[in-house]
Amino acid sequence: MDRVKRTLAPYLLVLPGGLWLVVFFAVPMATMVSLSLQEGDVVNGFVFTGHWQNYVESLADYQTQLIRSLVYGAVTSFVLIVLAFPVAYWIAFYGGKRKATYLFLILLPFFVSFVLRTISWRMLLTDDGVLLHPLKEAGVLPADFQVLGTATAVIAGLVYSFLPFMVLPIYVALERIDPRVVEAARDLYASPVSSFTKVIFPLALPGVFAGVLMTFVPASSDYVNSELLGSSETTMIGQVIQSKFLSNSDYPSASALSFTLMAVLLVGIFAYARALGTEDVMKVAAR
Amino acid sequence: MTGRFRIGGARLMHIYTWVLIAWLVLPISVMILFGFNNPSGRYNQTWQGFTFKWYRDVFALEALTDALVMSLVIAVMTALIAGALGTGIGYALGRWRFRGAGGLNLLMFAAISSPELVMGSSLLSMFVSLGVSPGPVTITIAHVMFSVSFVAIVVRARVVTLDRSLEEAAADLGASGWTTFWKVIFPILLPAIFSGVMLAFALSIDDFVITNFTGGTTETFPMWIWGATRVGLPPQVNVMGTMIFAAGVLIAVASNIRSRSKKKVAA
Repeated sequence: MDRVKRTLAPYLLVLPGGLWLVVFFAVPMATMVSLSLQEGDVVNGFVFTGHWQNYVESLADYQTQLIRSLVYGAVTSFVLIVLAFPVAYWIAFYGGKRKATYLFLILLPFFVSFVLRTISWRMLLTDDGVLLHPLKEAGVLPADFQVLGTATAVIAGLVYSFLPFMVLPIYVALERIDPRVVEAARDLYASPVSSFTKVIFPLALPGVFAGVLMTFVPASSDYVNSELLGSSETTMIGQVIQSKFLSNSDYPSASALSFTLMAVLLVGIFAYARALGTEDVMKVAAR
Repeated sequence: MTGRFRIGGARLMHIYTWVLIAWLVLPISVMILFGFNNPSGRYNQTWQGFTFKWYRDVFALEALTDALVMSLVIAVMTALIAGALGTGIGYALGRWRFRGAGGLNLLMFAAISSPELVMGSSLLSMFVSLGVSPGPVTITIAHVMFSVSFVAIVVRARVVTLDRSLEEAAADLGASGWTTFWKVIFPILLPAIFSGVMLAFALSIDDFVITNFTGGTTETFPMWIWGATRVGLPPQVNVMGTMIFAAGVLIAVASNIRSRSKKKVAA
């Protein structure tokens, strides 16, 4: 009896939460795939007809926005590697007793609502706002200079939004490096630069990959930054999906686009999980 | 030891780190500052003088206050449900090896790394297909879905480090498995469960994208702000944002100090 109880215990504990994830994460994905192959409209209802045309048509219509989103996501991740690496490096090796404090400062934006943070940026970057107005007055910038509405503004917003997700995994990877490995490199007469490029950086790569995963996925599927900081020239696929779902009730083609985006990202997500395991991302996510 | 890591330019990197932190804090400062602004028109965009009146009248806008209350109610419900479910998963994953654990892990990983846009839109697809009308309940369902894995990970991390001899000692002293759990294990896990619950609360109260898809016309704090952007945000939004920020920072700092002083006592 006790044995049975013991074998059952983990399943009983896992069941409610596991079911929740299956019913409200996995099943909806399947529903969305099914919806993406349906025809009809909100008034008369949708019928499953295996309508592949939804994919063909919506991709033909919105491939620009889809590709743009993937490009913005890639640029964001790349800029983030460059911006975040030195910070993660400095905190990991020079942070001393204040490591936790520095990491906390890096995480500060997460204490403010995502939408509110982005609106603050819009206020800062607006044509005659606190940043641009003085520069224009001083003649540093031409009077018609604009940041809002450009791809630069949207990518800068994305970079800002997801910066902590690049710093943390790189920091975790650097923290893990055994100092003796670096010492060995130096003892074998590696220069500071080559011990960085040949020893430290390769060891930090898993962190960089985790950071790319954790920033590319949310950045390329974001619609808040492009909606608040961009213009019709910077429309991202998230905005298309959002308005198709919430304003036009064009569920089948919205589902087709959403699933296409998921499929593209899923390839990356699972390639990452296969190659490097799930531990790093989960550890960072729970900080 | 750390000397071997010094590749030069440490000073530069130190300055750079602070520049980056300043950049991170800049929009937060703007938000806080403009809660004290005294704008003449509807747009709270340029500085026009210092006032406390928005702090006095912080709850004057009924719709905004309702939205904040809605956010708080949903966040509390989410924290409680995700806290309970996530603790179950985290404890089981940390304590036992069992068939299906790998699959569950992968499911949690997928739920953490999937784009919010896709999770939100697929939930909406399901609700539409089932004819369920969106509202506070569907929002809470969605919030529990994306935060339960975070709670599980935090709790599991603590369970893994548990000293198994404690359980043996309790058993030797005649405690049943049930008593051992509640009297010995649970109190040790409590701080981890608490951080998991706080994390779920924070994720819920901040969430915009998934709420946007699963909430219908329900207005939470971020949803209200989103809807009001075009007509201009009242300074009360800045005050509420500042209050949420201050509360979050205070709780984080307090729990950090508490765990540090405990560590000192233990040492």
